Amino acid sequence: MATTTTTVPSAGPVAGSRSFLSRLRSGDEVARLITFLFAASVVLITVWLVVELWRESALPRHKFGFAFLVTQVWDPIFDKFGALTFIYGTVVTSAVALLIAIPLGIGAAIFLAELAPARVSDTLEFFIDLLAAVPSVIYGLLGVFIIIPLMRDYIQPALKDALGFLPLFQGPAYGVGFLTAGIVLAIMVIPYIISVSREVLLSVPRDQREAALALGATRWESTWQVVVPFARTGIMGSIFLALARALGETMAVTMVVGNTPTISASLFSPGYSIAAVIANEFTEATGDLYLQSLIELGLVLFLITFILNGLARLLIVVTAQRGSGMGNA
Amino acid sequence: MKRIAALLAFVLAFGGAIYAAGALSINGAGATFPYPIYSKWFDEYHKKDANIQINYQSIGSGGGIKQVTEGTVDFGASDGPMNEEQLKAFQDKHGFGILHFPTVLGAVVPTYNIPGVEASLNFTPEALAGIYLGKITKWNDPAITGPNKGVKLPGSDIVVVHRADGSGTTYCFTDYLSKVSEEWKTKVGKGTSVNWPVGLGGKGNEGVTGTVKNTPNSIGYVELIYAEANKIPYGSMKNAAGVFVKASLAAVSAAAAGASKEMPDDFRVSITNAPGKATYPISTFTWLLVPEKISDTAKRDAIKSFVKWAITDGQGYAEGLAYAKLPKEVVAKEMKAISKIQ
Repeated sequence: MATTTTTVPSAGPVAGSRSFLSRLRSGDEVARLITFLFAASVVLITVWLVVELWRESALPRHKFGFAFLVTQVWDPIFDKFGALTFIYGTVVTSAVALLIAIPLGIGAAIFLAELAPARVSDTLEFFIDLLAAVPSVIYGLLGVFIIIPLMRDYIQPALKDALGFLPLFQGPAYGVGFLTAGIVLAIMVIPYIISVSREVLLSVPRDQREAALALGATRWESTWQVVVPFARTGIMGSIFLALARALGETMAVTMVVGNTPTISASLFSPGYSIAAVIANEFTEATGDLYLQSLIELGLVLFLITFILNGLARLLIVVTAQRGSGMGNA
Repeated sequence: MKRIAALLAFVLAFGGAIYAAGALSINGAGATFPYPIYSKWFDEYHKKDANIQINYQSIGSGGGIKQVTEGTVDFGASDGPMNEEQLKAFQDKHGFGILHFPTVLGAVVPTYNIPGVEASLNFTPEALAGIYLGKITKWNDPAITGPNKGVKLPGSDIVVVHRADGSGTTYCFTDYLSKVSEEWKTKVGKGTSVNWPVGLGGKGNEGVTGTVKNTPNSIGYVELIYAEANKIPYGSMKNAAGVFVKASLAAVSAAAAGASKEMPDDFRVSITNAPGKATYPISTFTWLLVPEKISDTAKRDAIKSFVKWAITDGQGYAEGLAYAKLPKEVVAKEMKAISKIQ
């Protein structure tokens, strides 16, 4: 990050204390130092977080090693802990959420930025920002009272009838499960995708559109073939913001996912996520191995987020090289 | 600048005055289940003796045991007694032991949602264990229909619901199942969280209740006080004497009285499946955990007199809040044990 600025304080006193003092008095140096400390604190907190998670999870790391990542059993009574079912649940619910949220979110953003009249666009944007600020427990309640009964009584039976030959849509319809959690997460992250993507699309220079139109493109062709590719990096950024939120979401997921550690091809099956199990079991976790296994789960979640974020950066670098000019990620 | 300094001085002086008047502050942490009555007690006790202010954080039984062992709070509270390993950890750290004081009782009841069935169902221990082991999967299984003559039960699959969060309720429930089913004991065991063979997890009593209400043909378990406060229908359990008893405050107190004859000196006793015709079998004490030695004399006296008050006069508040009172035998025994705090 901003670590290159470390040269500043040391250069001052040697070069000439008077000029350093005068700069100090004028405030520049003070502002620089203070803001540098603020910037450095971000790095420090991240490092500190990893170190703490690593240190506090020593027992299960030594006892289970890498088997922790590929074991399915989670049994606090017999002290057997494995993270696989929770990793699976976290990844599957987030993937379902993105599959739903990406087309809906980007479609809505294109409409708002390119096709809708400014007044409609601004009004809708207000509501979208409002949605983004709704606490997750409210989405959980929405899930419990509206989506779960809908899923159980209508959507899951319908999916079973139509697509029941796929392993994805088999098994009893409880209403809760991977699919329901994915849908609730999708509703939660769509505002992020719309809001950020719309901003990015709006900031595409007018010339680009006019050039496309002048060459005889229709409005849709100019939007789809010129404006959207131009804004690709920024849109990608919005998707990864959404992914980060989906991976870490706790409350809304635990209310609708069924809280049963399972790995199943069926999206109807109840499951569990890393964030949810930590929140549920941490307070009553007695015994050091149990507690530290929960902390190691936290470390795993951190790593998943870290890896996916790294991949996101990589993707942005790669796509940016292919001619996109925006740096809004 | 002067104004700020003056303001600061005033705040410090004023704050100091409040602090001085507040005198003795005692901190506790632990179980969430008895929190409503504990906060009532601390409040009433503060009215009685304004010099004593007891603060309680309901962070869960596990947290309570941990904090009192670490010495960050003056006393802990738990829905399950501390096990040998935890007692040893405390002894090793402090050089003296920790005492358990039962305060009130609670119970866990089976609740269900079967469309078309209005009657209150009777459950045998075998049926309940079978359902939660995933061996009994249909509502019209003979193990369930047997004690429910005259009730027409459907042939639909049973949806099992349990607590997802670690809790004393789960401890009590699994403690009971471990006593009545050998298979449960060896396969699953008892604890605040277990590796459930089947079922959906709900967060908190409200999560289990919500899932049961929302899911046809489901069964779950909740605390008696929660079921009572929310008017949730629940079934009767067959007790150790072979009688079907519906949970009530009297039936829970009876379980404690039944167990009190064999009450060990440290009060670490499970009263699930207790003997006696009138007892409700899925009952439990909840305990205060007090260190044997408290070096601060003022604190020691305050804690001792509070515990004394809670198990005598304080019991008067229990039934209003839907907790069962301690039976007389247990109170008498506890009064003697209080003198062990030094």
